[in-house]
Amino acid sequence: MRLYDAVREIRSKNAGPFTLTIDLICPNQTTFERILSSPRFGPRAIATLYQVEETSVCIRSVRQVLAIKVTLPRASSSSGAPGDRDVYGSQQHFPLADIEI
Amino acid sequence: MNRAMNRTWSYLSLCGLMGYGFPPEPLRRMDPQIRFLGADAGSSDPGPYYLGSGTHFVSSRQLDRDLELALLAARRGSLPLILGSAGGAGAGPHLEDVLVRIRRTAASHGLRFRLASIPADLSAETVLQALRDGRIEPCGGAGPLTEEAVLSCQRIVGQMGIEPFRAALDAGADIVVAGRSCDAAIFAAPAMQLGASPAVAFHAAKIAECGALCARPASAADSLLCTLEEDGFLVKPTNPARRCTPESVALHALYEQPSPTQFVEPEGILDLSECRYDAVGDRAVRVRGSRWIPAARASVKLEGAALRGYRAITLAGIRDPAAIGHLDGIEASVVETVKERMGSTFDDLHVALRFLHYGMDAVTSANEPPPPPPREIGLLIEAIAADQTTAQEALALARSTALHQHFDGRKTTAGNLAFPFSPSDLTAGPVYEFAVYHVLREANPEALFPIRWEEIGR
Repeated sequence: MRLYDAVREIRSKNAGPFTLTIDLICPNQTTFERILSSPRFGPRAIATLYQVEETSVCIRSVRQVLAIKVTLPRASSSSGAPGDRDVYGSQQHFPLADIEI
Repeated sequence: MNRAMNRTWSYLSLCGLMGYGFPPEPLRRMDPQIRFLGADAGSSDPGPYYLGSGTHFVSSRQLDRDLELALLAARRGSLPLILGSAGGAGAGPHLEDVLVRIRRTAASHGLRFRLASIPADLSAETVLQALRDGRIEPCGGAGPLTEEAVLSCQRIVGQMGIEPFRAALDAGADIVVAGRSCDAAIFAAPAMQLGASPAVAFHAAKIAECGALCARPASAADSLLCTLEEDGFLVKPTNPARRCTPESVALHALYEQPSPTQFVEPEGILDLSECRYDAVGDRAVRVRGSRWIPAARASVKLEGAALRGYRAITLAGIRDPAAIGHLDGIEASVVETVKERMGSTFDDLHVALRFLHYGMDAVTSANEPPPPPPREIGLLIEAIAADQTTAQEALALARSTALHQHFDGRKTTAGNLAFPFSPSDLTAGPVYEFAVYHVLREANPEALFPIRWEEIGR
């Protein structure tokens, strides 16, 4: 199943001008577990997708609200600097949303 | 202590950002439990331009509207009004402009009050000294700070914490207008002055600073009522069309934050890992279990924007499939022609041309494999150069060259581009970059954020 279809919400946004944070809100416990245990969802896989260092990708989850937070650096430029493509970082949930879980 | 904690009391966050607007009705029939009004007026989200240029990212007329409603409501109820990050980026020009608007509104309504304004600007000298003393560290993914980066900044602001707000309120301010502020400090400072614990004050403030964004339907252009209790707080949107749910409030903690359970404030760390969220009636939520880990010495986050050139852009549609198929070749020829025509100016004035293909890969770029060619694309051509004239020159050349550029198999020989407007070339002005995004350790808030006083209408 595609991650985008599995989650109820997936939102990306700056967490400061140099950091991107992507929140996934799951519809149920099963999907929550399935995403967290997916080999395509680890720091290494996400680092490859976004062309950043593996050690810079941080995945945290909040079980009570079935939410998963992925935080990573903005690889190409900081918010609004020359070369940036997404000042608020609000459409950077892809390519992550396209992975199969 | 806890002088206000014998009974519950409330405060109102007007909206998530002054200038976004909020409905006036709740202010007309104000809940008698309300002890103060507040609003965040700023953000670094819209990018470095606003800090660098000293301008607003909301419209002046909407800002005036919100300020007028807020001032009238505060004075009518004799309630303190606290505004943080005035004017958006919260630097000198932003703060001064907001103060001019407040004085004007006050004069036109005959309002009288004691106004405290708190600038947040730091001189390059202050920052350089702290850098030499080893008191500056990168934060949030920025690299180490250099003296060159400090000197390149148009202006640098520090995000003030609760102390300057507390000092202004303790000294009897009716209205506090602060430059760049930590969002939470705007509400946490007055709440703590009224006796709330740091854990409760900071957690409530973290939610309140976004207005009704924690409600469903979510909105930063609407108000939120926070009611403080001994060991927790309640949040409730003032608009009956919205409701807070335990889930909506809990999820709000994740919004635009690097960590879902820990928030770093200048005065300490707010830990939400043991929080409980319970529904109260249909539209309110009670929050309990927030914890506070105080910091040994206060720190201040710095933001500085440096000028990186001037921008001109044009936007055109392409429908011809052969032109869409040959974009890379067309663009390479365009760059070559622009370089040739401009000669040494191209390098001397740091001309950079960029082509973005909307409908194809403009948003996520190389992070995703190329899609099949779409029916149409939107081609954005951007020129950045050391001055505006050069940027316009490079763009004009790039635009006319791209329009008529030949490529193999070309059938659309009268023009490759569909411009949606005339003039086709737009002046986008100065381009900035966050060159400082660092933490100043062992800060002295009293020295960094001096309070200025004004008696309005007296």
